[in-house]
Amino acid sequence: MNSVIKYFSDIAHGVKTLWKGMMVTGYYISHARKEIITQQYPENRDTLQMFNRFRGEVIMPHNEDNEHRCTGCQACEIACPNGTIEIIWDRKPDPETGKKKKSIHTFVYHLQMCTMCALCIPACPTDAIIMGQDFEHAVTDRSKLTKILNKPGSKLMKGVEE
Amino acid sequence: MEVVDKDKTIPGDALKSQEYFVNMGPQHPSTHGVLRLVLTIDGEIVKRIEPHIGYIHRSIEKMCEKDSYRQIVHLTDRMDYLSCHINNVAVCLAVENALEIEVSDRVKVIRTIIDELTRLASHQLWWGVMGMDLGAITTFLYGFRDREMITDIFEETCGARLTMNYNKPGGLMFDIHPNFQKRTKEFVEHFKKKLPEYDQLLTGNVIFQERTKGIGVMSKEDAIAFGVTGPAGRASGFECDIRKKNPYHVYDKVEFNEVLLTEGDSFARYKARIQEMWESLSIIEQLIDNIPEGPIEEKTNAVIKLPKGEFYQRVETARGDFGVYVISDGKKSPYRLKFRSPGFSNLFILDKIARGSKIADLVAIMSTLDLVMPDIDR
Repeated sequence: MNSVIKYFSDIAHGVKTLWKGMMVTGYYISHARKEIITQQYPENRDTLQMFNRFRGEVIMPHNEDNEHRCTGCQACEIACPNGTIEIIWDRKPDPETGKKKKSIHTFVYHLQMCTMCALCIPACPTDAIIMGQDFEHAVTDRSKLTKILNKPGSKLMKGVEE
Repeated sequence: MEVVDKDKTIPGDALKSQEYFVNMGPQHPSTHGVLRLVLTIDGEIVKRIEPHIGYIHRSIEKMCEKDSYRQIVHLTDRMDYLSCHINNVAVCLAVENALEIEVSDRVKVIRTIIDELTRLASHQLWWGVMGMDLGAITTFLYGFRDREMITDIFEETCGARLTMNYNKPGGLMFDIHPNFQKRTKEFVEHFKKKLPEYDQLLTGNVIFQERTKGIGVMSKEDAIAFGVTGPAGRASGFECDIRKKNPYHVYDKVEFNEVLLTEGDSFARYKARIQEMWESLSIIEQLIDNIPEGPIEEKTNAVIKLPKGEFYQRVETARGDFGVYVISDGKKSPYRLKFRSPGFSNLFILDKIARGSKIADLVAIMSTLDLVMPDIDR
């Protein structure tokens, strides 16, 4: 007789605990508008704002005169753990003093090898590179991931010294 | 005339099942990554479990031997990615101890808060996945809902949601974001309301209890013998909390209890993690309002060179005792770097505690051990 009572009380207990759990889901169904947290990506692409510190990719800002701040000192190349940054530099004569000065020819950034550790940013003595917030990096071909950060025809900003 | 062996004609004997092998993984969803278990099973009873690891081995320890001490830190993100900040801090502490640098109180407090947030995020994900392993998809969504708030805090302050790389030997990469305290307080308030829901939804559930109580019992002796640490070890009564035993940061100044249970079954391991979440919340609450002022980094040389010798630092990650063992020969990169990962020890007790259980129970046991494969393979 006891086993019969236990059998039914177990069923009742089981139903009770399941009901308790269902109360939680029931609350969220009835308060769906208040509790919703899902973002509709990519529909919200126009309004989507990433945090300022978000590390999406390395970029080199240029001003309106097509000037950057990179002197070609290669500090970022040394700081990078993965060989992501590759600087091809040459020596050009300074138009004012006539002395030969180190300058960058191409700043190659291999996005496919980058782990977004951001060790290159504090390494840079002239703040030439920063982390950009773009995170949509999908491309159809691997070669498109190798980027050249200095724009064509750009030169070093005046007053930036190594 | 052929002699018939009488024993072979007994029906019960003829129906006797045969042992056979089954591969569970390496792509099985409940093995949390690429873990392959070779099971010897008899019907549905598991007779023997042989974990085969190495599918995600990336030779992180070897890569550390060519990197400078600053560069090593970001590699540790990729090991136990769910407690990445704690791993980063372990390497930084090892280097700081070797160089005899004392970081400011501000750095210590910020590191403690983010450590605890990481632990909470890890346990939330574990809770969601644990429910899903046992067939309840709802928990996964609820766990991720609360975890989202923590990842937002990380994204705003550290710059990334998962692989944060917020620390460097000597301090922090940059100061906390002005919104950090506000957001963290909001999260603590929010999560204090939501954590009882976890109990309501899953802990009390009769199906969940039937599937975890008395399953995979680990004795205290086994836990010590196999070196099982973290919540899994503490659920068996093994006092192994590094935060209490060997305090780092400001853990000796905050009040919290080491969660100790004695049952040692899957349900106890589950309860230990839920209680740890309450402890983590209390630690954050004690610290968040009074972050002391001070410098966020101590000055280090441009090229960090450790003195000759061997250095060891242990910290408590969400999974247990994590150790960094550095052997330095005075150069800019370590001669040898060894990581003691908690997951590795926790995995190999599986054969001991899950032998004789059903396959479905094995999934439950594995889930309560909270394995992260990159941590085990490195």
